[in-house]
Amino acid sequence: MINNQFLVFVKKEFAHVLRDRKTLLVLFGLPVMQILIFGFALTNEVKNASIVVLDQAKDHQSQRLIGRIGASRYFDIEGAVDDEEAIEQNLRSGKVKMALVIPSGFSYDLAHRNKAGLRIIADASDPNTANTLSNYLSSIIMDEQAELNANVPVPYTIIPEMRMLYNPQLKGVHNFVPGVMALVLMLVCVMMTAISIVREKETGTMEILLVSPFKPLLVILSKAVPYLLLSLVNVGTILLLSVFVLDLPVNGSILLLLAESTMFIITCLSIGLFISVKAQSQQTAMLISLMGMMLPTILFSGFMFPIENMPKPLQAITNIVPSRWYYIIVKSIMIKGLGFQAIWKETAILAGMAVFLTLVSLKNFKIRLE
Amino acid sequence: METVIKTHELTKRYGDFIAANAISLEVYKGEIFGFLGANGAGKTTAMRMLCGLSTPSSGSAEIAGYDIYRQTEQVKKNIGYMSQKFSLYEDLTVMENIRFFGGIYGLGSKDIRLKGQALIKQLGLESEEKKLVGSLPLGWKQKLAFSVAILHSPKIVFLDEPTGGVDPLTRRQFWDLIYEAADRGITIFVTTHYMDEAEYCGRLSIMVDGNVKALDTPSALKEQYHATSMDDVFYELARGAKRSE
Repeated sequence: MINNQFLVFVKKEFAHVLRDRKTLLVLFGLPVMQILIFGFALTNEVKNASIVVLDQAKDHQSQRLIGRIGASRYFDIEGAVDDEEAIEQNLRSGKVKMALVIPSGFSYDLAHRNKAGLRIIADASDPNTANTLSNYLSSIIMDEQAELNANVPVPYTIIPEMRMLYNPQLKGVHNFVPGVMALVLMLVCVMMTAISIVREKETGTMEILLVSPFKPLLVILSKAVPYLLLSLVNVGTILLLSVFVLDLPVNGSILLLLAESTMFIITCLSIGLFISVKAQSQQTAMLISLMGMMLPTILFSGFMFPIENMPKPLQAITNIVPSRWYYIIVKSIMIKGLGFQAIWKETAILAGMAVFLTLVSLKNFKIRLE
Repeated sequence: METVIKTHELTKRYGDFIAANAISLEVYKGEIFGFLGANGAGKTTAMRMLCGLSTPSSGSAEIAGYDIYRQTEQVKKNIGYMSQKFSLYEDLTVMENIRFFGGIYGLGSKDIRLKGQALIKQLGLESEEKKLVGSLPLGWKQKLAFSVAILHSPKIVFLDEPTGGVDPLTRRQFWDLIYEAADRGITIFVTTHYMDEAEYCGRLSIMVDGNVKALDTPSALKEQYHATSMDDVFYELARGAKRSE
């Protein structure tokens, strides 16, 4: 019986969302728009980037590799240099984006130890380009390695060592996809939940629900379910766009990423619930969601502005912004390819926030009903 | 006669303010009970306590034989409620609203279909069945809201100023629905401003400043206050009111 009531309610919530064209547009159009705008504004594909090579090996193996790089459409070999100082000069001039150093023992190491190192030095003052270029170069090196390994018993390993000059941590840009994910989920979950509950208060239907035998807890749950599902659709859209349109792969486990996103969505839903308990009108709910959630997400999650550079009091504030933690989680999984051990602390913080907010709102919600 | 609402000194205080003061009354099965009072007299407060939307500060009440403190679930199953604000979902169709409210009261889908069709036929809404409720005129919405409120055949239905803002003809049609429901044994507990509606009630009470000042049939009240209409009775009682909006 309860199940049936619950389904009837969830169905009704879906009808509300799907019938409201404007909401739908915001719900599904926004993530696509943001990803595309950010994507093409920030990561324009880099073609024919100038690269210099310091070939200390000067043998067949190294020539092969250089040839392969020169043949790719991403790189133009500007020339060979003789020492590290020349590399530095070239990079500083700004004409050259990247340098490759092939150490003298390259072929020897490959032949005798089955692994050899390479050094890649990039100008990271434009961190996005640097990142893209080092990804390109690494994949060219991996291709070379695969070809070498085609007919040898013990596989060779080439280990490129990256060095980002001028901006070693790639601060400021990172990859914006985690930021957009946090932003979109925050917007959809917090605002939509808050508004949909407050709307029932405004129109008087909430009273009818409270007079009915339908449990208040179920009212909240059935509001949460549609937005949870719709938000997961959004996560999926963003990931698909980022992988297929922007060529930004998910390096870690996708399942883990989805699980963590669900956790963040639940946190957002609990914030939305909290706002809806306090707000009396849809406008208030929307304003609180926008000012109280969107702005902190943009300012304090580390997405636009690096937290390390903020004054201490602001750094303290960032701790209570849920998207800050989610942003770290997504970055760790998507970009660094880390597992759960690396992010359990952030996950626990999000879970704690969700539990706390839900308990506080439920308590207030009940009082209101009585 | 079976008593379906029984309150004893039911009181609601907000700090020093006594919104409803020691209300004691009995309402019988199948009765149309009018609950009158000026704005701010406390009738909505009293009604909200009876519906379980607000917890009384003191006093006791039984609804359909169930205690409002301890047996809230049973109370909820046995009452219907229609609030001042129009309260169906405007972005759902007529039939969807019926299905939703039937559903949250735990009616089976077959039951909902049968009752829903009967309801639509009774209201003459056959051609509007698939239209969004928001597109219907206010009078029809109110009639629909009332029919939905009694869809689960409650013992009592509480109506909080159900006919606000509609013309006298539509009000009359609305009352026809109320009579029909009362004939089926549903007790009607209705608050109103309109004195012509007061005349339609079997018995009524008049609240002034949180207290029930009078309770009887319309004709007995008119006799008691030597008045020719309910308007005069109401004026006579409400004249001494200290609270008003």
